[in-house]
Amino acid sequence: MALIRDLAVQGAQMCLVVLLAPLVTGLVRKMKARLLRRQGPPILQPYRDLLRLVHKDAVLAEDASWLFRAAPYLIFAATWVAAALVPTFGAGLLFSWSADLIAIVALLGSARFFLALAGMDVGTSFGGIGSSREVMIASLAEPAMIMIIFSLALLARSTQLSTIAEYMLSPRVGLRVTLGLAFFSLMMVGLAENARIPVDNPATHLELTMVHEAMVLEYSGRHLAVIELAGSLKLLLYISLIACLFTPWGLAPAGADWRVDATGTAAYLTKLIVACAALAVFETTIAKMRVFRVPTFLGAALMLGLLGTLLLFVSRGL
Amino acid sequence: MPIVFSLDCIALLLALSVVAMSLERRSAATPVIYGASLLTSVLLLSAGLLHLLDGSAPAGSTLPLGLPWIGARFRVDPLSSFFLVIVNLGAAAASFCGIGHGRHEQAPQRVLPFYPAFLAGMNLVVLADDAFTFLLSWEFMSLASWGLVMAHHHQPENARAGYVYLLMASFGTFALLLAFGLLAGPNGGYAFETIRASHPAPLFAALVLLLVLVGAGSKAGLVPLHVWLPLAHPAAPSHVSALMSGVMTKVAIYAVIRIIFDLLGPPVWWWGIVVLALGGASAVMGVLYALFENDLKRVLAYSTIENIGFIFVGLGLAIAFRADGFEVAAVLALTAALFHVFNHMLLKSLLFFGSGAVLGATGERNMEALGGLIHRMPATALAVLAGCVGISALPPFNAFASEWLTFQAILLSPQLPQWGLKLLVPAVGALLALSVALAAACFVRIFGIAFLGRARTEQARTARETDRFSRVAMLGMAALCLLAGILPGFVIDAIGPAVQGVMGSHMPSQSRVAWLSIIPIAQSRSSYNGLLVFIFIALSATMAVLAIHTLASRKTRRAPIWDCGYPDANPAIQYTAGSFAQPIRRVFGTLLFRAHEEITMPLPGDMAPARLSVTLHDVVWDVLYAPLAGAVGFAADRLNILQFLTIRRYLSLVFFALVTLLLVLAIWR
Repeated sequence: MALIRDLAVQGAQMCLVVLLAPLVTGLVRKMKARLLRRQGPPILQPYRDLLRLVHKDAVLAEDASWLFRAAPYLIFAATWVAAALVPTFGAGLLFSWSADLIAIVALLGSARFFLALAGMDVGTSFGGIGSSREVMIASLAEPAMIMIIFSLALLARSTQLSTIAEYMLSPRVGLRVTLGLAFFSLMMVGLAENARIPVDNPATHLELTMVHEAMVLEYSGRHLAVIELAGSLKLLLYISLIACLFTPWGLAPAGADWRVDATGTAAYLTKLIVACAALAVFETTIAKMRVFRVPTFLGAALMLGLLGTLLLFVSRGL
Repeated sequence: MPIVFSLDCIALLLALSVVAMSLERRSAATPVIYGASLLTSVLLLSAGLLHLLDGSAPAGSTLPLGLPWIGARFRVDPLSSFFLVIVNLGAAAASFCGIGHGRHEQAPQRVLPFYPAFLAGMNLVVLADDAFTFLLSWEFMSLASWGLVMAHHHQPENARAGYVYLLMASFGTFALLLAFGLLAGPNGGYAFETIRASHPAPLFAALVLLLVLVGAGSKAGLVPLHVWLPLAHPAAPSHVSALMSGVMTKVAIYAVIRIIFDLLGPPVWWWGIVVLALGGASAVMGVLYALFENDLKRVLAYSTIENIGFIFVGLGLAIAFRADGFEVAAVLALTAALFHVFNHMLLKSLLFFGSGAVLGATGERNMEALGGLIHRMPATALAVLAGCVGISALPPFNAFASEWLTFQAILLSPQLPQWGLKLLVPAVGALLALSVALAAACFVRIFGIAFLGRARTEQARTARETDRFSRVAMLGMAALCLLAGILPGFVIDAIGPAVQGVMGSHMPSQSRVAWLSIIPIAQSRSSYNGLLVFIFIALSATMAVLAIHTLASRKTRRAPIWDCGYPDANPAIQYTAGSFAQPIRRVFGTLLFRAHEEITMPLPGDMAPARLSVTLHDVVWDVLYAPLAGAVGFAADRLNILQFLTIRRYLSLVFFALVTLLLVLAIWR
């Protein structure tokens, strides 16, 4: 019985993330437009875009290989699996032990690996520029993320997300400098990983500034839809991750009954809306930086993470 | 019993090498020699595997060779049998690949006699049980591989590679000789058994550690002793490069583990600092070198340096934990290192086979001259893609599992009491994470430039798929990589006896954990399940494909490339290997490599192209080796006059030398 319940929670989580992901994108877009005093597209527009795209023919470049066609599905699958393992409304995910936080980040790394390859498959200069910049950004963002994980794991004595979330809910946590450093570092990494301003602009098609969009330039139809969905999923994943790690209030514990799950869901939705609003405000108040300023930005994130970890190594037992 | 059998097999390999000399000009020689090597490797592999898994007691055997008072001692214990598996799995795959790949060889008589001898040398090192036999086998292995490096000696860069390799190998053996001299002590107990029983004084132990790191570290490719490796490994034929990079460096790791963990006695905590620092530096430097290199095989050789660094970090952690008495953590770190030894052997062999296939099909090692090979060489591309994903430590492939274990070991290190370690370990963790992320960039670059995109030259456009043997060898290795990645528990359990032999305990059995997860310490602390991750990815990808194809459209049209409206049919418009690395060069290269870019713009109205030139300095070479070579040259010039003296002066020199030596002896006593 407990197994069926856990399975249901896990299944609900998998469906929830996929269904909510375009909503998050739409919400951010709408809020940003309103902040700029524009009307903006309807919140549900991303869903319509996806529907429209999947029904179109996919146009493939003549030089595209099988990798170009397989990559969107692989990217989507890896992102979806990662997103399904980050607690959203409840911590009692059946398979949460199959991948800890390090593995979740590495899964996103797999997705990025294939995205960068897909960018180079057709042999265009824009694809190359996007891939090359993406791996440069990742080469700093990933170590920063690992350092954040180290900080949290050393505090909670675990790399399992559910255990860390439980630790954050418990009174043992207290106010710690390391947590603050990790929080800021994670925000910076999240912005870079999701190709948001100030690192990349999701709305631009100005060739010289784009990173993510340059890689997916040759995609169309259902392939583009899958990639866009994977992108939205990744944004949702990062918001869930930050919410689960730093604001785990309302997270339903494992084995709770459905009423607790319902409050958990309500809390999660509130957190999502707040996060979208914060993202929108942040993006409208800041300008995109030059590509070669990004390493400084991410280097700062890495150093913050390392500093947080070092503090823990040094202060342990004092 | 297994030791006698293994020695018989090795004798067979040596005999093969003699046979190869007599067969040298026959066309049948290639399949015969490689086939026989394959068979022998498989026999040795099964002997090693059986001994490792059935947990039988160590068995020794003494041959009446070598030093008269101890003979040539050989012994197989779990650590040797684990490395026997490593050596012979790599050797079997390389021999299989060689049956097909060796046919392209222009001068087989330069490869065939050395090949079985090289295999025999590596096996002998792993089995040797006294210092004399060990050093003799070590030098035999070095010389046989040197013969293979010099197989294509007509190319000037190969001749230079052979020269540098010979120098570094002799220097390394010299360091090991001194290390064993210190270990044996004044009574000359050269048998490992005697060495193990006597613990040297702390000062001598520290000296031995440093000498071993120089001697075996130079063979493994530790920064800053790595300079020969990217020259020598690519110079050999590709399946031999696979052996050198994938297997011979592991024999060097074996030497490090055997001496430091087994023979040297209880460690001191600061040894860990030395090993960790060297490992972290190698990991990052190796991958950065790889990112700025355009030669396919040299990129792979540099990536070997990175992975060796990764393994040394594991070893350093194990030393530090062991010195401080944290047995569980030490066992975890050593298991992670040995797991990575296994993974890197598989992955690097696979990738070198792939580079050999590309070299055979196009005659090119320069990435800038390739492109679009995925269309012409689909099986090679698939196998190399698996290798690239694997070596970038991405799930669900194997290197991720060993990387994950290493990170878990790092997370246990706040327990360490010493401040030096407390500060160093997280920094090394950051370096490892950096090197892993950069490795992904490096292998996106290799695969993207060489296999994807459009063909940049005529050779790449007309490339043909490689031979059947190489394809089977590559796909087989790729399958093993995936298998080790989704079922890491079985590999960890197989490593268990080897760790037990060195440390006295091993990690809890993993293959009996529910759902085949791996749980290094406790379920609540961390767990990873490669199998489920793989199944989930496969299932969700299939579900997405099916859903979209049945519910929406599955129609596909082919059209010219779009490229944001500016398509250009010229393949030269594509990103090159150099331009791909440019952002990373700007971020990391200016400091470590003094990278400098210079743009020459033509005058207005001039139709000449603008040129970008990049200069990189190898800091290690400039700082360490160039002054050394200069000093040696200077001394040689000054001493040159000694060659033109009269006989009287020579006699007086001899006399004074004799008197000085006798005086030294008299004062010493």
